[in-house]
Amino acid sequence: MKITVTVNAADYTRVVEPRLLLIHFLRDDLRLTGSHWGCDTSNCGACVVWLNETPIKSCTVLAVMADGQRITTVEGLAAAHRLDPVQEAFAACHGLQCGFCTPGMMMTARWLLDSNPDPTEEEVREAISGQVCRCTGYENIVRSVLWAAKHEGGDHSTGGDTDEPRLRAAPP
Amino acid sequence: MQVPAHVEYEKATSVEHALALLSRYAPGARVLAGGHSLIPMMKLRLAQPEVLVDINGLYGLRYIERAGDELRIGALARHADLLSAPLAGEHFAILHDAERVIADPIVRNWGTIGGSLCQADPSEDLSAAFAALKGSMIVHGPDGSREVPARAFHTGPYETVVGPAEMLTEIKLPIKPGCGSAYLKVSRRAGDWPVGAAGAAVWLSGNVITDVGIGLTALGAAHFVAAEAEEYLRGRPADDEVLARAGEIAAQHCRPGADQRGPVEYKRHLAGELTTRVLHVAVSRARWQKAPSSRARETAHPRRAPGAPTAPAGFAPDGKNRHHIGRESDPFPGGHPPYPPR
Repeated sequence: MKITVTVNAADYTRVVEPRLLLIHFLRDDLRLTGSHWGCDTSNCGACVVWLNETPIKSCTVLAVMADGQRITTVEGLAAAHRLDPVQEAFAACHGLQCGFCTPGMMMTARWLLDSNPDPTEEEVREAISGQVCRCTGYENIVRSVLWAAKHEGGDHSTGGDTDEPRLRAAPP
Repeated sequence: MQVPAHVEYEKATSVEHALALLSRYAPGARVLAGGHSLIPMMKLRLAQPEVLVDINGLYGLRYIERAGDELRIGALARHADLLSAPLAGEHFAILHDAERVIADPIVRNWGTIGGSLCQADPSEDLSAAFAALKGSMIVHGPDGSREVPARAFHTGPYETVVGPAEMLTEIKLPIKPGCGSAYLKVSRRAGDWPVGAAGAAVWLSGNVITDVGIGLTALGAAHFVAAEAEEYLRGRPADDEVLARAGEIAAQHCRPGADQRGPVEYKRHLAGELTTRVLHVAVSRARWQKAPSSRARETAHPRRAPGAPTAPAGFAPDGKNRHHIGRESDPFPGGHPPYPPR
């Protein structure tokens, strides 16, 4: 079946089997390997991407269901070669160790902050409650999201040693 | 790697189109809504439909609205829609209580109300909630539509009255004044299926229970209903002894099965305890509904007995009943209904 999906603002047309899962379409057909394929049972949240405006678990959605829709993956978070505050936050607060859960965590964090710019710690924990991290014990992830909330809108200072953002995406 | 077996795919453009596709391919066709139950079943080969009829494009089936004395929920409404709809919480707090503990926020974004009901998992939460509220389901088929009481919708585990060429389109909940309702669930970890759960809707006249609905989930109650406990409560005063006795009756009559979530004795204990507790919350809310002038006083800071167990999610005794991502306007602008004394 022929589908056209807008992924990170670019249109992709591919012929796929109806049974192809969205996560495999993104990773194998489009080679967008930022989204991770984890538990396969919609429990772990490593595969979270946005379908239009909301995060979904792409291991439990068929690629054909995304036909004509907009998908945003972690590759689409950074804008104009500058990292999203959520991405900076994970670096600044050591929000990842092995990094496997990180793309999904960041997609959910971005969604949370878009709708609730000043979340409480409890709200952050609830937002990521469908996502599993086996490294951090969640402490640093929660800290990262709260850090990102404080540094939205260009204030990316991390504590005084520089006014420059700590990280920049690699130049094209 | 788990992937579904080969399957054909059709995108429905209207309810009529969906029904025509279901008829054409029956009994090999399945409706695909959120797919959060069906796709995992297909991965495990527990479901092997030949054709999927995708109804996600039927935006007209995604609504939550009040029409006269009914709350109507479109079958394609997502769990997140129900949780964030003030209209739902305003009339039936049980719906927000239940939605808050269904799966996780990401799954709730895409899983649908109709899909959950049609999956008919014995551990599914809304089935018990709708049974407690004595709602009904609208099922469309080739010969038109029919209305099925929520309590007759399920015919067994994973089985409903919906035929192979039919689809669920709407859930209707009757709005009767003075309803207090609540839902409580015990699960092993965030987002897990319940070990056991109970929902209650109570209507009071003075202190007398004029009508009541009790739904039990994952506890082996026929049609998700604790019918004997309901029967006992009708016409009795809503006091502690009566509610405790109702819990005992519910525990006595349910038939939980032992599984990795617990033995029968524990689940039976949960059935009794959860029924009594959820009735207390529902009665408190019903009283609060009836006495709006005293809302501010009653709800300022509900007390809990020292040493009382931690409040389950959704019953935080901070006077708030907030949506997890803060997108919901407060359904109780005058303060949250009272938290029950424990």
